[in-house]
Amino acid sequence: MSTLALWIPLLPLLSAAALAAISLADRGRAQNGRSRARAAVPALAVLPIAAAAVLTFVVLFGHGTGAATESRIRYAATGGPELWLGARVDGLAALIAVLVGVVATAVQLYSVSYMAHEERYTSYSALISLFTAAMLVVVYSTDLLVLLVGWEIMGACSYFLIGHHWERPEARSASVKAFLVTKFGDAPFLLGILFLAHGAGTFRIQPILQHAIQQGGHGYTAAGAILLIGGVMGKSAQVPLQTWLPDAMAGPTPISALIHAATMVAAGVYVVARLYPVFLVTPAALWILAISATLTAVTAALSAFAQRDLKRILAYSTVSQLALMVAALAAGGRDAAVFHLMSHGGFKALLFLGAGVIIHKAGTGDVDELNTQGLRRKLPVTFVTMTIGLAALAGFPPFSGFFSKESIAGAAYETATHSGPTKSLIGITPPAGIGWLVLVATLLTGFLTAAYALRTWWMLFGPLERGWFRSAVEISQRQLKPSEPAQEAETPTAAEVAAASEWALEALVAESIREQDAAAEEAAAKARAGRPEAPRAELLPLVVLAAVTTVFGFVGLNLGWFASWLGDADGGAYRASAAKAGKLIQPAAAYHLAPALLSTVLALIALALGFGVVFAAARAKPGADPNHVLGFLRKPAFLGFRADDLQDAVVVRPIQVAADTVGFLDTEVVDGYVRGSGHAARLLGEGLRRIQTGNVQLYLTGVLTGVVVIAAALGFGR
Amino acid sequence: MGALLLAMLLVPFATIAVLYLMPRDRVEPLASRLGFYAGAVVLVLAVAFACAFDYTKTGYQGSVNWNWIPALHIRFHLGVDGISLPLVLLTVLLSVLCFFYSIRHMPEGGSQRAYTALLLLLEIGMLGTFLAADLILFFVFFEIVLLPMWALIAYWGADGAKAAANKFILYTLLGSAVMVVGFLVVYAYADSFDMAWLTAHARGDVPKGAALTAFALIALGFAVKTPMFPLHTWLPDAHTAAPTTGSVLLAGVLLKMGTYGFVRIAVPILPQAAPTYAPALAAFGVVGVIYGSLACLSIARKPDGDLKRLIAYSSIGHMGFVLLGIGSLTTVGMNAALFASVAHGLITGLLFFLVGGLKVRVHSAKLDDIGRALYRRAPKYAALIAFAAMASLGLPGLAGFWGEVLALFSATKPGSGLTQGSYIAMASIAALGLVLTATYLLAVVRRVCMGPAATQSEEPVTELTAVETATWTPLVLLTLAAGLWPALLLGITNPAVRVLMKGV
Repeated sequence: MSTLALWIPLLPLLSAAALAAISLADRGRAQNGRSRARAAVPALAVLPIAAAAVLTFVVLFGHGTGAATESRIRYAATGGPELWLGARVDGLAALIAVLVGVVATAVQLYSVSYMAHEERYTSYSALISLFTAAMLVVVYSTDLLVLLVGWEIMGACSYFLIGHHWERPEARSASVKAFLVTKFGDAPFLLGILFLAHGAGTFRIQPILQHAIQQGGHGYTAAGAILLIGGVMGKSAQVPLQTWLPDAMAGPTPISALIHAATMVAAGVYVVARLYPVFLVTPAALWILAISATLTAVTAALSAFAQRDLKRILAYSTVSQLALMVAALAAGGRDAAVFHLMSHGGFKALLFLGAGVIIHKAGTGDVDELNTQGLRRKLPVTFVTMTIGLAALAGFPPFSGFFSKESIAGAAYETATHSGPTKSLIGITPPAGIGWLVLVATLLTGFLTAAYALRTWWMLFGPLERGWFRSAVEISQRQLKPSEPAQEAETPTAAEVAAASEWALEALVAESIREQDAAAEEAAAKARAGRPEAPRAELLPLVVLAAVTTVFGFVGLNLGWFASWLGDADGGAYRASAAKAGKLIQPAAAYHLAPALLSTVLALIALALGFGVVFAAARAKPGADPNHVLGFLRKPAFLGFRADDLQDAVVVRPIQVAADTVGFLDTEVVDGYVRGSGHAARLLGEGLRRIQTGNVQLYLTGVLTGVVVIAAALGFGR
Repeated sequence: MGALLLAMLLVPFATIAVLYLMPRDRVEPLASRLGFYAGAVVLVLAVAFACAFDYTKTGYQGSVNWNWIPALHIRFHLGVDGISLPLVLLTVLLSVLCFFYSIRHMPEGGSQRAYTALLLLLEIGMLGTFLAADLILFFVFFEIVLLPMWALIAYWGADGAKAAANKFILYTLLGSAVMVVGFLVVYAYADSFDMAWLTAHARGDVPKGAALTAFALIALGFAVKTPMFPLHTWLPDAHTAAPTTGSVLLAGVLLKMGTYGFVRIAVPILPQAAPTYAPALAAFGVVGVIYGSLACLSIARKPDGDLKRLIAYSSIGHMGFVLLGIGSLTTVGMNAALFASVAHGLITGLLFFLVGGLKVRVHSAKLDDIGRALYRRAPKYAALIAFAAMASLGLPGLAGFWGEVLALFSATKPGSGLTQGSYIAMASIAALGLVLTATYLLAVVRRVCMGPAATQSEEPVTELTAVETATWTPLVLLTLAAGLWPALLLGITNPAVRVLMKGV
């Protein structure tokens, strides 16, 4: 199966190459009718990806629950360890590849209709194909340096795709930000890979894992594990490198689905799971992961609660959910993390694609405005599927999110109490402190997630009639536009206006973004106004993903089934008996995936509390956005706790100052010593000018004579 | 095979003779075409040589070995091995592309004949530098290069070209003068100028003290050429002033003569001295990475920043990685240095061509004059700029990646006798340099390619022309090929580097 896996990334790669060629040939001719090649674009975009998705299933079932297999061909000599182009298929890789294939196919299919009116659709779909190829390389690669190739190509693709609407300022800055923030994490990531390779004497994953298990977490392995975390923080948007993801909303909506569900952000989590023994033997790395992830999970959930833009809500929710996966990894719950990665991939893709339908139809992503539009009746399919997606996000049984989040809590609990089999193959369970930390953060995040999921649902499809909290800016703008139907008779109280003015600036920012979006999409929305909900190509992925979200969680119910498929952390075949005897690297995979009583009760309590808070808030201030319960936290949460300002002050500005200093230094000081010694230079210059006759032979003769004279002098001198 | 090497030097030489033997007014309109034909013939010869080259063997192939000045044991000795072959191919490729480009885009400043003759002479010098297997012969070719480059900058360059050209030649002349003294010190003890022989024997013949002196002198010459911070200040001026082809060859080939000198001469001939200076080379290289990137960033932030100058500074950063690789004194490091050199030649060659094309269009290389939103005004041209920027920032899958990553790999575990801790620190700083590199390149793309929707006052920009497409396509394809299949280069260099590094 690994031989087949080796060739799978080639399909999307060829699709990308063909589309890029068409795009180049097509450019500049867009106005005078489209070429015939362009008609083939949708097929070239969807079919190879769909075929690759089918093949990932073939690999998955072909691999079954066996041990890792590997096929490789020599890629290049380096003078040190050789590089290998190869596929290493274990249960983890096979499962994640399926996720990538399915989501990428859904996104390409959805884009056929969603982006068809765009002039740059061809290059857009080429980039999605390349993106998919790169992620598949990351998933299957057997060589860490080749994995890095896919890893960074994904960064570049996301840069181009987020900057797809480069006419808009926010898209320009978001694209650059996404690339640079992740690249900032990639620098330590690269060093980490190099360290691991030095330690094991190869870039291949299998020997590196064995080296880590045998030698333990010190030296190259420990340094490598800690450095790798930089890249994980960047790609999976964890504190302190989380800032790029919410801004990445400037890209087209299907791109958000792709980035948030199956590629890019999933890569960070995946790499930790893939190299799990390396991290497991390094407690310091686990602690760093745990602290960063728990902080991220809670703050991002608060931010999601406070946002007004639908896509930003979903973006912060992704950050928060990824943090849960990273936290699960830190707490020893590899299988729980992968379980949640897959279930989240499904429902998050669903939510983004649904958001795309809503935004296209309504021409806005502002939940405040969406609330008035009766979306429930206008968009019945989207309503049902989005409801399923949000329920899964909230962790409402029986949707997939419930099972996967519960398994994280369960894993954390067993690590905290060391109640699982503690003697593992390498004698290591993560520190109990991490277990407690992660357990508390998971429950707290679960509570917040339930709250903002319900609030989002309410804002989108809410039965409440209007009368929401409004900012001063919006009110004044509405007054300036008499054509707009007056919506509310409610006059804000003095206190509300005061609170609102605080928001003026932020609202202004949101407003400008929204208006540009609206302007760009107004035409499309108008064209569709008379038509049914959305084209089939857009609704089909929604329905499929909703179905998956509904049933996927039950995978975890079957004791050990998912875990056995996933295999051991080092790529070996899962041995249930060994797990019971405490001989697995990861102590208690199978038990956690099935809901345990205690963690289920805790998770349900968190869920109920979250829902309860929103209901209470809605009752306390009828008609107001329930996120007012955040109180003094609402503004900082809305602003992402000013992480951008911090980043500006700590990194961006110092670099700018340094750059300007160097710019000054180079002309005034470093070059100064050259010009300072100008006298000597000028003298020499004079001499040169005398012999500058333009006669080449003369120069040559001069040079040769000089050489011979010096040489002769030295020769005679001896 | 030796005949092929000789012919590669003789064809341009004979073409120069033809140019100057034919009557001036008859040859003038033909000159650039003749130059292109000569360059094409040399390319064919070089490709033929590469095809005949036995990749399983190490050591010089196609040797020409004649007595030249027997009294001093100076020989006319040419040869090519896996280390020089990629650089030879790079040289003939960039040369022929420059000749081709010049047919349509002849810079103003002097006669076509003189310009073409100078380019041909330049090609002889560059090729000879990589072909020479004798130190003095190497030095001669090394020097030959300076004169045509000086003249190209001084006479065909932009404003302020004279001063820049003088600075260039003074700097590099002084550097190579010091270098040749180093060669003589080696000769004084080892009694030979033969590179292969010296590589095999010099360790025993040259005592440590003399070796230290010789290495310092030789390295200084190469460091100016590479250029190594803080000996780089000739480079930005020279590049800003030079005509497009001059910039392409300067960045694409001339700088590599410095790195080639380190890999071929300084380190393997004086291995006993190398560990003493290697940390300094690596450290200055890393400083260059950061310094060059910050200088680029400051240019990118200025409204009147000059794009040509920016790319010149970016070369200092990229060559810093090359120095880091060399400074690690490992086989991987040398491979990395060679890979990064070739990659930089392809990518920066392309970048200078692109800026030259912009200069043709808007008569300026200043960011503000170029304007914004090239993605809309000239989509293909802008796509090419974005491609070159991605390649230059070291995106995997393109040529720039492997050299820099392998340089970092070698630096995190340097050769014996070097302190690993300090090298790891240097590698970490250099890795942050990768982020800075991405920062300024994306800033350039954002300023030039991205931008607001159409306005009325905007000047139209010509889209990619046929000549440009033909000139640049080979660079794009090779950048992709070397990035996707690094064995193309590593497979050639690695066996030869292994042999060379045996004694280190």
